[in-house]
Amino acid sequence: MNDISLQAFLLLGALLFVCGAVCMATKRNAIGILMGVELVLNGANVNFVAFSYYNPTFRVEGQIFALFVIVMAAAEAAIGLAIVLNFYNNHTSVDVDTAEELKG
Amino acid sequence: MSFFTALFYIAAALTGLSAIMVVVTQNIVRAAAWLLFTLAGTAGVYFLLAADFIGAAQLIVYVGGTLVLVVFGVMLTAQGPFVNLRTSIGEWAFSLIVGCGLYATLAISVLTTTWPSLGNEPEVNPATSPTTAQLGQALLGVPQATPEANMTGIASADHERRRMGYLLPFEIVSVHLLVVLIGAAYLARAKRRRGAPA
Repeated sequence: MNDISLQAFLLLGALLFVCGAVCMATKRNAIGILMGVELVLNGANVNFVAFSYYNPTFRVEGQIFALFVIVMAAAEAAIGLAIVLNFYNNHTSVDVDTAEELKG
Repeated sequence: MSFFTALFYIAAALTGLSAIMVVVTQNIVRAAAWLLFTLAGTAGVYFLLAADFIGAAQLIVYVGGTLVLVVFGVMLTAQGPFVNLRTSIGEWAFSLIVGCGLYATLAISVLTTTWPSLGNEPEVNPATSPTTAQLGQALLGVPQATPEANMTGIASADHERRRMGYLLPFEIVSVHLLVVLIGAAYLARAKRRRGAPA
């Protein structure tokens, strides 16, 4: 039915992962860093679902783990944004370069 | 080129280009908009991979929930200088080198590995094999959501443990979500000034 191989999906997942990692490294806005984390989790999810499709013995398992990752991402976004908003309330800034109070 | 192939290239191009634009753009509001297209394209990829429930959950939870949360965060904090926070050229160059190196490493390892399951092409038709019932049974702990006769690479002693299904992780993730939401509401609540009437 399809002539797309597993590697194509894995390459797409790797692209999402690398974009997320670079996004986390370069953004100075704290919310931009949260977006990078979302991209990384999506890259991992693409890999999970691709493996579950191409390895029929793990059809349910791969999708279950993808579902857990989605829930974890939602929780992470909620708590991350709460922390960012709290930081903004206290410092009127979302630039992570100014967040150096906890520096050792 | 089959229909599936064309759809895959469309979804992959949408996902990949939007992800790159999320990184490249300096405006945080535009980054949120590009992230929307990335997540929607990923949902399309899930649908192509016969994961209809995951695709729907991606659209509802990610695009409908998480992204709205991110957009609210952007709107609450996007004032004046924080919309366009510039990154220095040196940091850009260094991150670009590291990113390209990382992607080259991942791509080489993907392309040079012999994946064991590539011999048998999947005979799954996404249109006629819904996965929602299977996922629900597995999450409720119904044994043999995956027929054990088809399991490979797992010793038979592990089969008893596998009979639990995924009920325990499901409960753990539920409690985790509850705790996180309470914590987020506590952290983000409006601060009452000290000395102000209650």
